[in-house]
Formats: sequence, structure tokens, C-alpha cells
Amino acid sequence: MRVVVDLNRCQAYAQCCYAAPERFVLRGNEILVYDPAPPAADRAAIERAVQACPVRAIRVEHDAPAGAA
Amino acid sequence: MRDGTIVVAGASLAALRGAEALRARGFSGRLVLVGDEPHRPYDRPPLSKHVLTGEIAPEATTLPGVGALRAEWRLGAPVTGLDRAGRALLVGGGERLPFDRLLIATGARARPWPVPDEAALAGVHTVRSRDDAAALAAGLAARPERVLILGAGFIGCEVASSIRALGLPVTVADPAPSPLAGPLGPVIGGFVAGRMEAAGIDLRVGTEVAHLEGAAGRVRGARLTDGGTIAADLVVVALGAVRNTEWLAGSGLDADEGGLSCDGACRALDEAGRPDDAIFAAGDVARCPHPLFGGRPVALEHWGNAVAQAAHAARAMIDGPEAAGRYAEVPAFWSSQFGLTIKSLGLTEGADAVAVVQGHPRTGRFLAVYGREGHTVAAVSVDAGRWLPAYEAPIREGAPFPPIVGGADQPSVRPVPSGLPALQPA
Ligand SMILES: Cc1cc2nc3c(=O)[nH]c(=O)nc-3n(C[C@H](O)[C@H](O)[C@H](O)COP(=O)(O)OP(=O)(O)OC[C@H]3O[C@@H](n4cnc5c(N)ncnc54)[C@H](O)[C@@H]3O)c2cc1C
Ligand code: SF4
Repeated sequence: MRVVVDLNRCQAYAQCCYAAPERFVLRGNEILVYDPAPPAADRAAIERAVQACPVRAIRVEHDAPAGAA
Repeated sequence: MRDGTIVVAGASLAALRGAEALRARGFSGRLVLVGDEPHRPYDRPPLSKHVLTGEIAPEATTLPGVGALRAEWRLGAPVTGLDRAGRALLVGGGERLPFDRLLIATGARARPWPVPDEAALAGVHTVRSRDDAAALAAGLAARPERVLILGAGFIGCEVASSIRALGLPVTVADPAPSPLAGPLGPVIGGFVAGRMEAAGIDLRVGTEVAHLEGAAGRVRGARLTDGGTIAADLVVVALGAVRNTEWLAGSGLDADEGGLSCDGACRALDEAGRPDDAIFAAGDVARCPHPLFGGRPVALEHWGNAVAQAAHAARAMIDGPEAAGRYAEVPAFWSSQFGLTIKSLGLTEGADAVAVVQGHPRTGRFLAVYGREGHTVAAVSVDAGRWLPAYEAPIREGAPFPPIVGGADQPSVRPVPSGLPALQPA
């Protein structure tokens, strides 16, 4: 899985950190540290984070299942 | 244009986002991305931050979007030339890749230390690519006795912060009077200097390095122009960027180390200033006129610009330059260092005044606005990103400076000189 956060857009609302605490951490007042390559097993948590972000700053791409185009 | 062949030179952020935008706008022809790095497009901002602290692996930075894009990838393939009349890109060992439209997104590279023998010493690093960051991380894992960073711009400061977080002794040297002096001036620069020193950085402003010194092929330290020396067994050269335009030599396009000139629709300009209807540019390599800058050309080095400009170029490529209009995205970037998040909107270049309008450096959270000739041109927040969006409209409109007075915590806003150099006449 590949994740990128548009950190211009991110306002450090930390909703992603509640949704997927293993993969998104807020440090200092507003530094978002995130895992850009979470394991496939985290799919549901990452999707929750994407949905929870109030400014739609998180983009994710899942690996295509083997054999798919 | 909906079919035919579009070739993208470069395969990083602007290339990927431009290619995605071409597909999203209905381009169904052949799409080829040619990049000299062996990697699929990856994200550079983490390289000076959490990759150096070891929290993110260099190879974890591959960007979302690479999997779904319908395109041919030519990776590890340097573009060596452009046959403009023949509408073909020259790749690697002389192969011709014909195109109907070309998007140039070859970005920039780290400006090397100017003395080649010294730059080649073992232990001297720059940070631009994933491989650079991996090599630097490996050098740091050997626990050098002191790291010297040349240049206190954004990358120099971020690298200093990351390396200091590893507990290593760090010296930062820059000829300017404060860190970040070039982009932000001494008001915010002075605040960051305090944070750097509090973090234990040996900050040497007003300090110019004349030579790097080595023994047995390894760097040992630096000699200063004032005769002093700094001992260091690892050096990071962070002296800004050079645009990757050498391969355009002889093409007749107006390009140099400062960028490839474009018009507002991102069409490349020839040496007579005429746009080429088939060739476009976006990202760090592109030098486009910006309305916030009185129409002067400006080459930005911002992640958000690479994304937005690539989308703009794609629109002009598919729907035509008139439909796309002039590129006018308000420049924006972020940086994180020493526990702080610095965010900027607008262009500070040529600002003659700056005023803290919200918060206060004393409290560690504030927002400063920059003015030029009485107009608001930029705003920079330090740990106050949520205040920033309110300044986008005043910047876009060039509202009177300062745009907001009498904020609850700011009974009297006092502008001071920005300390930034004046603009050259257009
Ligand atoms: C360490 C670091 C930290 C950063 N941090 C931030 C940040 O916090 N915030 C922010 O806003 N911006 C940041 N940036 C800037 C941001 O990453 C860039 O603006 C962005 O990468 C520009 O994308 P680009 O695609 O235009 O160019 P690049 O990313 O430079 O990509 C150009 C690609 O083209 C390739 N290429 C060059 N010449 C050729 C050739 N002849 N043939 C084939 N391929 C070629 C290059 O190898 C490269 O892969 C940072 C940059 C770096 C290096
Ligand atoms: S939820 Fe969105 S805005 Fe909040 S910290 Fe996460 S990415 Fe940033």
C-alpha cells in the first residue's frame, strides 16, 4: 500500500491518528509523521483515516491483487 | 488532443501527477514516462526528515498512483537530447522516441560543492534522491564524530534537525546572518536560530567555508574564509538546487540552470520567446510567469507547485492553452524541523516589510505577513497552520499590507524591514 499526505492541506486535525494510530502520529504541535508504505493488513484502518480526514489530505493506493490489470 | 503519443521526460512527482491528469482529461493514446532514476516516482520531502532519522525506509516512499497509471515506464533511461523539428526525444544510447506532445519534468538536482576534488571526498553528501538519502543514512549509522552542514536553507535546516535527533554533534555554517535568511528573512530566521541552538546545534551564521579538507580520500573538515577551521568527518552540502536542463542544449529552447522558460500555459519558450505548441514543462524545472510576481518568471521548488503545475500543463496539452488559461496557483510549501512546522503561502521574493500579525514568537506560535510596496505578498506560519488559509485571498488580491490589524492578541501590528533583497527590475 502506498500513502501520501498533502502536508500543505493537512491542518493537524489528528483524525487520522485516531483512525490508524499505528500509521499516523502527530509530533510537536503540528508535525504529522506517517507510514508511507503500510502493510496490506492495515487496509481497513488506513481507509478509516482517509475518510476521517476533514480536509481530504490523505491519498492511498492499494496494491492490485496478483493477476489484475 | 485525445490520442497520439505523449512522452514525459522525467519520472518523479510532476511527471506522475501530470500523466495522471492527462488520463483524467481523457487522453487515451500512448503515454511514455522516461526517467533516469531506476525507481518509480517517489516522494522527496521525507528524505531530509524521517528517512534520515530512520523512521521511514528510503524505499517506502514510492508515491500512490504508480500502480493504476496506464503508461509505459522507461526507468533507468536518461534523456540525452531533444530533436525539436523532428518531434523526438533522444534517450540513452541514441534511441529516438517520437512524440506528438512532450511534457518536460526533469526537475532539479542538488547544487554540488563547487570544487570537484573536494566534493568527491568520501563522507561528503548531498540530499536530493532516495539513493542520496540511503547513502547519508548509512554514513550516519557509522556515528561520525561531527557532522558539518553547509547551508542553512530549508534542506540544510531539516537535515540538521534530523541528524541532531540521532544524538550526533552537528555544526551548520552559512554566510547569511540567520538560517532561512534567503527565503524568509531574519525575523523568522532569528526565531528558528534560537530553536536550533536550543536543540544543541553549533550554528555558525556569517560563516563562509572556503575549502573542504580531506586525508586519504576522506573528508576531515572545512577551512573558512576567515582562516578558521571546523573539524567534521561527515559533510552535507545543502547549497540549493540546479535545474536539469543540460539535455536541452542546442534545442533552441530558452533553458539554463535556473530553469526552462515557459508561458502561462506551461508551453516551453524558444530563445526568441515564442511558445512551442507541442512542448510543455512543469515542476521544479519550469520557470513560468506568475501573476503574484507581476508576471515575472519564477521557478519554484515546492511539492504543491509540482502537483498543481503538472495538472495545469496537462490541461493545456489536452484542451489547449486558451482553455487552461494562465497558471496562477498561489505558491505554498511546508517544512518541518526542530519540532516546528513552517508553512508558507505566496512569494516572499522582494518583500520589503514583514509584520507578525497573529500570535507571538515568545509563545512559539505565530504568523507573519510579508508586504511589497504596500501590498500583501506572502504569509508564513510557525506552528500556526490553521491561521494560514485566511491569508490566501489577501495575497491573491494584493490587499493593502498589513491585511489584518487589531487581532485579539495583536493590539498594535508593527511592520519591520523584511531584510530580503529587492527585486531586479523586470
Ligand atoms: C530532500 C528534499 C526535501 C523536500 N521537502 C519539501 C517540503 O518539505 N515541502 C515542499 O513543498 N517541497 C519539498 N521538497 C521539494 C519537492 O520535493 C520538489 O519540489 C519536487 O520533488 C519537484 O518535483 P519534480 O517532479 O518537478 O522534480 P524532481 O522531483 O526533481 O524529479 C525530476 C526527475 O527527473 C529525473 N531526470 C532529470 N534529468 C533527467 C534526464 N535527462 N533524463 C531522464 N530523467 C531525468 C530526475 O532524476 C528526477 O527523477 C523537497 C525536496 C527535497 C529534495
Ligand atoms: S486527519 Fe488530515 S488534517 Fe488531520 S492530521 Fe491527519 S492528514 Fe492532517
